[in-house]
Amino acid sequence: MSQAEKSQAERARLSDPQGSRHPLWTLGLLRSEITTLLRRHRTYALLGVLAAVPVLIGIAVRIETGGGGGGGEGGPDGGAGPAFLAQVTNNGYFLVFAALAATLPVFLPMAVGVVAGDAVAGEANSGTLRYLLVAPAGRTRLLLVKYASVLVFCLIATLVVAVSALAAGALLFPVGDVTTISGTRIGFGEGVVRAALTALVVAVSLTGFAAIGLFVSTLTGSGIGAMAATVGLLITVQILDSIPQLSGVHPYLFAHYWMSFADVLREPVHWDDLSKNFQLQGLYVAVFGSAAWARFTAKDITA
Amino acid sequence: MAPNDSAETIGEATSTVVGRRKTARYIVPVAVAGVAAATIGLVPALASSGDPDLPKISAQELIEKIAASDEEQLSGTFKISTDLGLPLDGLAGSLVPGGEGKDGGAAAPQDKLMELTSGTHTLRVAADGPERQKLSVLGDASEYSVIHNQGEVWAYDSASDEVYHAEAPEGRDAGKHAEKAPKGPEGAPATPKDFAEQALAAAGDTTSVTVDGTAQVAGRDAYQLLIKPKQSGSTIGSVRIAVDAENGVPLKFTLSAASGGKAVVDAGFTKVDFSKPAASTFAFTPPKGAKVTEADELETGKDERGAAQKALPGQLAELDGLAGEGGFNVIGEGWTSIAEIKSPGGKGLPEAGSDDMPAEAQGFLDALGDKVTGKFGSGTVFKTRLVNALLTDDGSVYVGAVTKDALVRAADAAAK
Repeated sequence: MSQAEKSQAERARLSDPQGSRHPLWTLGLLRSEITTLLRRHRTYALLGVLAAVPVLIGIAVRIETGGGGGGGEGGPDGGAGPAFLAQVTNNGYFLVFAALAATLPVFLPMAVGVVAGDAVAGEANSGTLRYLLVAPAGRTRLLLVKYASVLVFCLIATLVVAVSALAAGALLFPVGDVTTISGTRIGFGEGVVRAALTALVVAVSLTGFAAIGLFVSTLTGSGIGAMAATVGLLITVQILDSIPQLSGVHPYLFAHYWMSFADVLREPVHWDDLSKNFQLQGLYVAVFGSAAWARFTAKDITA
Repeated sequence: MAPNDSAETIGEATSTVVGRRKTARYIVPVAVAGVAAATIGLVPALASSGDPDLPKISAQELIEKIAASDEEQLSGTFKISTDLGLPLDGLAGSLVPGGEGKDGGAAAPQDKLMELTSGTHTLRVAADGPERQKLSVLGDASEYSVIHNQGEVWAYDSASDEVYHAEAPEGRDAGKHAEKAPKGPEGAPATPKDFAEQALAAAGDTTSVTVDGTAQVAGRDAYQLLIKPKQSGSTIGSVRIAVDAENGVPLKFTLSAASGGKAVVDAGFTKVDFSKPAASTFAFTPPKGAKVTEADELETGKDERGAAQKALPGQLAELDGLAGEGGFNVIGEGWTSIAEIKSPGGKGLPEAGSDDMPAEAQGFLDALGDKVTGKFGSGTVFKTRLVNALLTDDGSVYVGAVTKDALVRAADAAAK
């Protein structure tokens, strides 16, 4: 509670009526939201888990291949594990992609779901939402700021995975020129640029899901309930996406094109699925963002 | 949860208005979803409506255009959907990559390219003259590439990080290319070109070849060449080839079954560019640490693998082998020609001997086919959407792109 109150004091400072005239007021609110988010122990825990996944994968692969000697084996069934695992032993750079492929289906969206689901419902739960609305920010602006801070978290979470994977990969395995999955070769520097681009693509992939989480968050006054509903929805969609008989609806599921981030590593980059992914995420953001707005601006705030 | 105090104090009428206003906000997300759904529904319909307006051309001129086409540089994305209706689609897929496939290294092209015979695949092709070609099969987060660069053939499977390397002696190269069909032996770029040539070779009195309107393929104006069998009894309904109006490169190939339904083979460019591809596209050096399999090393293991592959029904390799050992002749002509294969000594097929085929597999095979009887005796018909085969109990095989009845008639005629 003390933490919530502390952040409340900070917000009270920012919600100074004079400040509202200032164009940077929204930025100030956003900054306070982000600092509040980043100071929470829960956020550290989520990011810590995300940072640990690539390290665990790296160590497991390292042990499995007996010190990275022969390589090429990549386990008895190369197709069963996450993508890119076979390349990791020979070039640690690919741990970035292996880690993203391993975390994207569950870990990353789960962390985003927790943050997004808690965004509004958590404030309502701890009784701080009405104080936030005392400030003349307006509900629309508050919602936008909440969504923006969730998006920032998407990017931070993805970068944490990518950077941790790159560091672990460089420590545990040899690194060098990168052979793209199309067989062409690019320098390590350009490879890092591609990896950064991939992290960005993954972060964008999560925006649609973040919008859903925000909408769910406006529906309930229980933070835990919103998180559970959001993460439950994620799991449901992932299951639906894996049932071949439902292939007709697959292109409309927000998770369907997530793995298209790997197309960044083709030469030339294969944009078809990537652009489909971006369009789909944009659609989800528009629909669920406006639904969240409709709900939040019309809602009775009781806590 | 308790309603707001303010809401309670407001009069009835006002609260209805407020309520209505609140509900009105939900129109926004509904409208966004509606517009999106309408766009998804309408855009393809609008995009496909405009067939290009091109000068009339005869079938003869169009075929010449194809023959005269000398585009040697192109790159593009190619989509191939195959629905052969093989009863063993799934089985063959699961057997090929396992066990014996490993002996040859996961990156050996033969096994990989077998996978193209079912389902939908996206390919990328690039060609720069006869010396440099590249074919990539795009998988989920992986890619399988075959690169031919001035006498060297590399295959790289990114999923397993394995490399296959071979020198490209001309004869061998041509054989391999014919087998996988995407590229002509002379290095001509167009993937559908082989298909087109095969279809045209079967022409003559038995075939009608016409130009059937125009189409847009991969953003380019194209003529459609329509080839249809005149004979009855063929399982092939029609072959449709879209030919680039400007340079005569075949862009799309569609093979429909006589029984209707989805096209059996639908292969075409979704993107194509006739400028010179970057030289780096064809450069390949094996990634450090990757397992490289040389083609020469494969030769030793080949016999076992060959035997194992023969045990797989649905693989034409088996038929090739038999053609050498026993009698092989062709009944009929054109579209309804049937290959007749007599096993040596009147013995059944190798699998019928059950030396190399477990009893369960034999029973499974029987379950896949239909029992037929005729003047020739009795036998089993194995059906796919395109090719049917009659395996008689005395060991003869009749194969053709013809209906079951035509196969039985041919067997009867041969028995006389």
